[in-house]
This record gives sequence, structure tokens and C-alpha cells, in this order.
Amino acid sequence: MDRHTLSVLVEDQPGVLARISALFSRRGFNIESLAVGPTEVEGVSRMTIVVNVDELPLEQVTKQLNKLINVLKIVELDPEAVQRELLLVKVKADMDSRSHVLETVTLFRAKVVDVATDSVTIEATGSRDKLQALLRVLEPFGIKELVQSGVVAIGRGSRSISDRSLRATDRPA
Amino acid sequence: MTDQITGAESLVRSMEHAGVDVVFGIPGGAILPAYDPLMDSKKVRHILVRHEQGAGHAAEGYAQATGRVGVCMATSGPGATNLVTPIADAYMDSVAMVAITGQVPSKAIGTDAFQEADIRGITMPITKHNFLVTDPNEIPRAIAEAFHIAGTGRPGPVLVDIAKDALQAMTTFEWPTVIDLPGYRPVTRPHSKQVREAARMIVEAKKPVLYVGGGIIKSRAHKELLQLAELTGIPVVTTLMARGAFPDSHPLHMGMPGMHGSVSAVGALQKSDLLITLGARFDDRVTGKLDSFAPDARIIHADIDPAEISKNRVADVPIVGDAKEVIADLIVALQTEHETGNVGDYAEWIDLLEHMRQTYPLGYDHPTDGTLAPQFVIERLGLIAGPEAIIAAGVGQHQMWAAQFIKYEIPATWLNSGGAGTMGYAVPAAMGAKVGRPEATVWAVDGDGCFQMTNQELVTCAINEIPIKVALINNSSLGMVRQWQTLFYESRYSNTDLHSHRIPDFVKLADAYGCHGLRCESPDDVDATIEKAMSLNDAPVVVDFVVNKDAMVWPMVAAGTSNDEIKVARDLAPKWDRED
Repeated sequence: MDRHTLSVLVEDQPGVLARISALFSRRGFNIESLAVGPTEVEGVSRMTIVVNVDELPLEQVTKQLNKLINVLKIVELDPEAVQRELLLVKVKADMDSRSHVLETVTLFRAKVVDVATDSVTIEATGSRDKLQALLRVLEPFGIKELVQSGVVAIGRGSRSISDRSLRATDRPA
Repeated sequence: MTDQITGAESLVRSMEHAGVDVVFGIPGGAILPAYDPLMDSKKVRHILVRHEQGAGHAAEGYAQATGRVGVCMATSGPGATNLVTPIADAYMDSVAMVAITGQVPSKAIGTDAFQEADIRGITMPITKHNFLVTDPNEIPRAIAEAFHIAGTGRPGPVLVDIAKDALQAMTTFEWPTVIDLPGYRPVTRPHSKQVREAARMIVEAKKPVLYVGGGIIKSRAHKELLQLAELTGIPVVTTLMARGAFPDSHPLHMGMPGMHGSVSAVGALQKSDLLITLGARFDDRVTGKLDSFAPDARIIHADIDPAEISKNRVADVPIVGDAKEVIADLIVALQTEHETGNVGDYAEWIDLLEHMRQTYPLGYDHPTDGTLAPQFVIERLGLIAGPEAIIAAGVGQHQMWAAQFIKYEIPATWLNSGGAGTMGYAVPAAMGAKVGRPEATVWAVDGDGCFQMTNQELVTCAINEIPIKVALINNSSLGMVRQWQTLFYESRYSNTDLHSHRIPDFVKLADAYGCHGLRCESPDDVDATIEKAMSLNDAPVVVDFVVNKDAMVWPMVAAGTSNDEIKVARDLAPKWDRED
């Protein structure tokens, strides 16, 4: 099975997240990651959904998603698209280990957002691979708590997926 | 300034603007405000049913018989959840329906208030779309959009849940002049390149079949279909949902395919080199074991719902569009091919199928003990009622026999629960059909199991002067389940004996419900009893046909097996090819 990243433009309506996540689940797909937030168009939200699925079932789930009235557009991003996650991690850091932890933070261009006597909280953004590498290096110090966002992704180049199609809405009843 | 009215008045006015003439429903606490102005409506007739499930199936029957959007109404909580089965049924069979439910006041939503159920959440997977309205100003738009969504594209059920306080609050009424749904733009016009490609494949094929489904009836494309079949001489098979889409009497009609399809129809699909699939969806009951379905066939698949194309079987030529427009365009493209001398020659193919049809016609045996054969009852009913009559079937053996032994010539005269297989569909659906088509004779062909699930709606029929007729095929058991027990569970009849030759007395029950009750137990009385029922039009009629319980539905493709394993009777397989 391949990893696919879908960008789904939806109307910002109550229940739309439930409609989409429930559709994946009842058609038998596991969502690996889902992130949602506003876009440059008012009333339109964008979901970035990562799924592990073969090509043909992906086509089917995309068509089913398109049938949802609140779904405006679905684009599968190519693997070269910019994909980022946010990671917040609380790492044990006492007098002895703190400097090593901070070195790692610098190395990964992450930053420290909170400090306590025996721990630091690190914020990092990046691709999944980068964040996993960071976690591997931090692991030996002792990870106390970890939270990660879903992937957000955007295609490269000047084109926008919300260019047209969202605005021309006039149609007689 | 526009007049101030209540949300409830706005709802009734919205229904009037949407062209609603009939609503099937039951009032209750949360929907109560809507029922007050409904009483004054000159345009909307409300029919008070006895159970919300009856309202839902009645709306379906109305929609299927008329081609308009059916409407049902219920209160919050249990009222709304009783609509779930018919909504799911309408979703599976693409029936245009709008369900309007009352919801607890908006401030109480989410507090587990009295009669609260999250019906929007519950019906999300079984509606084309649904709304929760808490602002009275949103009522006209929600209703307008609901009717637009339900009735266009691939039809389906839409639920509008309205909070009680939104019905009570003051608002102004403004009917939307445009429907603004940027995420809903069904494609009806097919792509011309795909249509030309399909036409080219058709003239090159040697063994093409028109595999047509319920979409033909939904888009009323039967005239175009007839023209296409006659232009090309290609044989037609009509699925369970498409019975009546193509005249049964037509020589090109090879019958119904599927689990209980005719040998010629199943054989046509299995031996075909090209399936021209129009408004059908490769349902498992048609394909049998999918990987051995129509193994040599290339696939043209036209459907208004792009998600149906290549869902179960990959299409070689996908066409998204309305069946009527697709077929019309296909005819033009084929005429162009014909003009350049490219005409398909299917004589040998037709000959083979004709041989199959004559060798393995649908048939049944009369029981040797003199009891009634259910197939005989249904066959005679079809002949006496005639092709104009509307037949609404329940689910099970009687449904299959009604699909097999009644000859359909006209679209929308055959109503049944195909996808969902909802027992209890027949009586309320017949009621809805009769309300929508009062001039038509409407027969419910029901089983004794199904009938006992929703027969309370006979009261609704009797009181509201909706004289439907019910042919109760009473084999005293859950017949289809019993048949499977006979075939696959060594005749161990676990919980399929309903004892309904004894209890209840259906004639007395009919009488208690204000209906005529008749009984027929002998083959000699069948015609006279049906004719008697046909002559009674002042009240609903229930005919208790006491039939033999051992009759089975044949042919049969056992669930999960290949269509090639079709049996015409127990342990009897047909020979497909004459060379065999």
C-alpha cells in the first residue's frame, strides 16, 4: 500500500469533519493523519488527509468524498509537495544532560519553548522523516511527553488549488 | 416589509413552494409547532400514519410511482429513529425523499433531553445529505436545498432536522431564487469522446448485452432504451430495480439477471464480450462471485454517479451522465457508425440466447397435494391485474416470484426494496404509490412475515380512503430463510415457522382494520378471488392466499458462488452451450 496525501477543500459547516472521517471509516480506510484549518477563502476550510491505500480504493474513496455536498474539491498532492508536521516534546534535561539536549535542538533547527529544572519542552517542525530523526536522538535523554500535529501540505510552484471553481456559484434553482 | 411569521409557518410555506402535495407523518412534541400551520395548508395534504416507518416507506412508494420527491415527517428521538430504516432503504435504492424531523430546542441539544436523538449524526451514512436547522431564517433555504439535492443527480434521501425553538421563533419568509451549492454539481451530459468510443466498441462486439438497472427508471429513459435496443438489435437484461424499464414482451428481453435470474439473462452476462451497463451498479446479487463475473466481457459503464463506475468492476469505457442523455447521444453516435457501414452483427449471439431462453424458461411445479403454488397465484395476479397495475413487493420469496412471474411492460409499475431488502416495505409503499397515482390499481404482494411488520398502515389506508390491494402469499414461514435452511442447513428449520396458517386469522385482521378480507386455498379459486378483489374499490382488500410452504425460488446462484454455478432446480445445472 502507498501513502497518499489528499488536500480536501470543504465548506466550513458544522459536522463536516464528522462526515469526512466517518466516510473513511465506513469504507474501510484508516486515516493516518488529518489536519484541518482555514484557507485564504472565507468559509472554506482545508483538510490534509494522509492515508495508506492502494490506487484503486483511493480512487473510490475520492469519488465518495466528492459526493459529500460540503466537499468542494479534492487534490492528491504529489510526493514532492511541501509536507510539514509540528512536534512538541518534553524531554528530561538535568544539569548533566541539558547541554547535550540543547545541542540536539540546534542541530535540528528546533527550539526550546519552555524550561523547567529537570526538563525542557522542544518545538520542532518539519517533514515526518526529520521529526522522527529528532525523536530518535532525543530518546536516550528520556521523553516525558509527546504531542504531534497531523501533516499539513501544499503543492510547490505558483498554482493554487483554490484558484477557481470555488467562487462561480451562481446557478438557477 | 415582509410579514413576520413563525418558523413553523415558514416551513409549511417552504414545502408549498417546493411543490409538496402530500406528507406522510406523525406529530409529536418537537415537531408539534409545524403541525399547527400544516392544518391550514390548502396545498399540502398530511396523511397520518400509524408508525413512522410506514411514513418513510409511503414516501418512497409515492416517489417511485410518480417520479416526484416523497416527503415524510416525524418528531424527535424515537419518531426520527423510526425513519432510519426507510431512509437507509431509500439510500440503497436511490429514492428521492425528504424527511423532516423535529429536534429538541437548540439549547437542549447535547444534554440528553427528553426525546433527543442525534438524528443528523445517525443518518449521516444513509442520506445523500442532511441538515440541522437551529435558525428560523435558514428554514426556506434548507428545504429548497433538500428538495434540490434529493431530486437531482442520483436521487436519494435528504433529512432536515429542525430544532423546536426555530419552529416557534418569528422570522420572515423568503424562498431562495438560486440554489448555491458549490460542492454539488451533478454531471448529466456525457462526454462525447467516451460516447463515440462506446459506439465503436458496440459495433465491433460479437456478444453485447444491454445490462440495465434502476437508473433507466429514475431518469425515465425507457423510450430511449427501446430505441437503442431496436436500432442495434442488442439483447437486454433488466435487473431487479429495472423491471419494467424494457417491456418483458419484447423479443430482445432476456429476463432478469442475478441470484434468482433467468438462465438466459445470467447466461447472457456470463458469455458476453461487451456489457453496455446503463444505470446499474454491479451489485453482488447480480455479479455473484465477482472475479468470475462476465469473464470475457469488456465494460461500458454509464452512471450518473461517478463513484459507481469501476467500484466493483473496472470499466473500459466510463461514461458519467444521466441515462436519458447518455442513451440519446449513444443512438446518434451509433447511427453515425451505421452510416459508414459499421453495423454490429449479433445474429449468432441472439440465436444462442434464444436457445437458452427456450431450453430453460422460468417455471414451477404445482404441489401434488392440491395446495396452492405461490408462483401460480402471483402469475395469475399479474395477468388479471394487467400491465398498468402497480405492484409493490415485500422482501423474500414472494418478491422474487413477483419479479419473475409478473410481466412488466411499463416503468415504475414495479416497486420493491432491492438494495436494503427491507421486510415490511410493501404495504406502506403501496399506500404511498396509491396516493401518488390514485387512478392506478395498486397491489402489494407481500409475505406473511413481511406483512406482520407493517400491516398497521392498512388502518391508514382504510381511514384515508386509499384502497390498496394486498396479495398475502401466506406460506406460514419466513420462506426465503427457510429455503436457505433447506439447501444449506440440512432442513433444520430454526425459527422460520411463523404458524401463520393458524395465527393470526388474516381475514379477521383485515376486517378489524376496516378492510375487505378474502381467503383462497385452492388453485380453482385463484382467478375468481383475484377478480373479486379487483372489483372491491371502496376499501383496501387483503387476500390471504394460503400457499404451499415448500415451494422454492429457482433458478438460484448460491451466495458467494459464481454465476456459472447457477442451478435451475436443486442439483440441476443448465448446459450453457449447445455444443455441450
